[in-house]
Amino acid sequence: MSDERLVGIVLVSHSAEVASSVAALAKGLAGGGTAVPVAPAGGTEGGGLGTSAELIAAAAASVDRGAGVAVLTDLGSAVLTVKALLAEGDELPEGTRLVDAPFVEGAVAAVVTASTGADLAAVEAAAAEAYTYRKV
Amino acid sequence: MLDADFFRRWMTATAASVDREAERLTALDSPIGDADHGSNLQRGFHAVRDALDKEPPGTPGGVLTLAGRRLIATVGGASGPLYGTLLRRAGKALGDAAEVSAEQLAEALRTGVHAVMTLGGAAPGDKTMIDALVPAVDALGESFAAARAAAEEGAVATTPLQARKGRASYVGERSIGHQDPGATSSALLIAALAEAAGE
Repeated sequence: MSDERLVGIVLVSHSAEVASSVAALAKGLAGGGTAVPVAPAGGTEGGGLGTSAELIAAAAASVDRGAGVAVLTDLGSAVLTVKALLAEGDELPEGTRLVDAPFVEGAVAAVVTASTGADLAAVEAAAAEAYTYRKV
Repeated sequence: MLDADFFRRWMTATAASVDREAERLTALDSPIGDADHGSNLQRGFHAVRDALDKEPPGTPGGVLTLAGRRLIATVGGASGPLYGTLLRRAGKALGDAAEVSAEQLAEALRTGVHAVMTLGGAAPGDKTMIDALVPAVDALGESFAAARAAAEEGAVATTPLQARKGRASYVGERSIGHQDPGATSSALLIAALAEAAGE
C-alpha cells in the first residue's frame, strides 16, 4: 500500500455544508484514513442548493491518484449530473465510478475501506453494502 | 435541409421563450417541485446562447452538442443533465454533416429522448418531460407545427397524472391536478423548433 495509489472519494450533495460535513465525518471516523483523498462537491457554484458539474469535475480531478475515484451522491440532480458527466467520456478522470450507496453511511464505509489501500471495486462494494445495515 | 444556422435559431428562440415563460415554469414547479425550474432553465439557455454567440459551431450536430454540454454544466438542477443529454445525444447522432433533413433531425431527437429515458428511468405516463417529447418526436415526421401541437397536448395531458419520477413523486397523490413543469418546458423547446422553421 502506498499513499499515492489510494482510491479517491468525491461526495456530491445539493448542499455545500452537507457535502463538506459528511467528508469531515467520514475522514474523522476513518481515523487513520486521513491520507485518503476526499473532496466535497456540494451545491451550486453560486453557493445555492443544487448540483454543479464543474465543482464535481474539479473535485474528481483533485482526488485522482491513479487508483480510481468513487463518487457518492445524495439524490435527484446529483445522481443525474454524475451519470451525464460519465456518459460524456472526458469530463471525469479515468476510472471514475458512481457508487450506488447511502450518502452518509456509504461515505464512511468508502473512506475507511480506501484507507486500507483497497482497490476501487472493494471501496464500491463496501459503500454499497452500507445499504444492508438495518437500524431497527 | 437544415443547417447550423437553423439550429442556432432554434436554441436562441428557446432561450427567448424560456425568458418569457420563466415565471410560469417556476410557478408550476412550486406546488410539486422546488420552485426553481424557470430560473434554472434561464441560466442554462443563457449559457447556451452565449456559447453559440462566442464560438458558433459550423454543423447542426456541433450546435446541439455544445448546447447540451453547456446545459449539463450550468443548470444546477435535474433538468440540466436531462435536457443536456437530449441535445448532446441528438447532436452526436447528427455527426458532422453540414446540413441535415427533417427526417434525420427526428431520428436524432428520438435517440436523444431514449437516452433521457435511460438516464432518468422515466417512461411515458410518469408525468415528466417524456410525456411531451415522445409525442412531439412521433409527430415530427408530419411537420414541425404538428410536433409543436403534440408536445403542447402532451404537456397539458400530464395534469391528471400522478408523478412517479423526480422530486414531484415525493408529494404522491398531491401531484395530481398540476401540469408538469418539465413537460411544459419541453413543449417550449419544441415550439421554438417550429418557430425556427417558420411554422
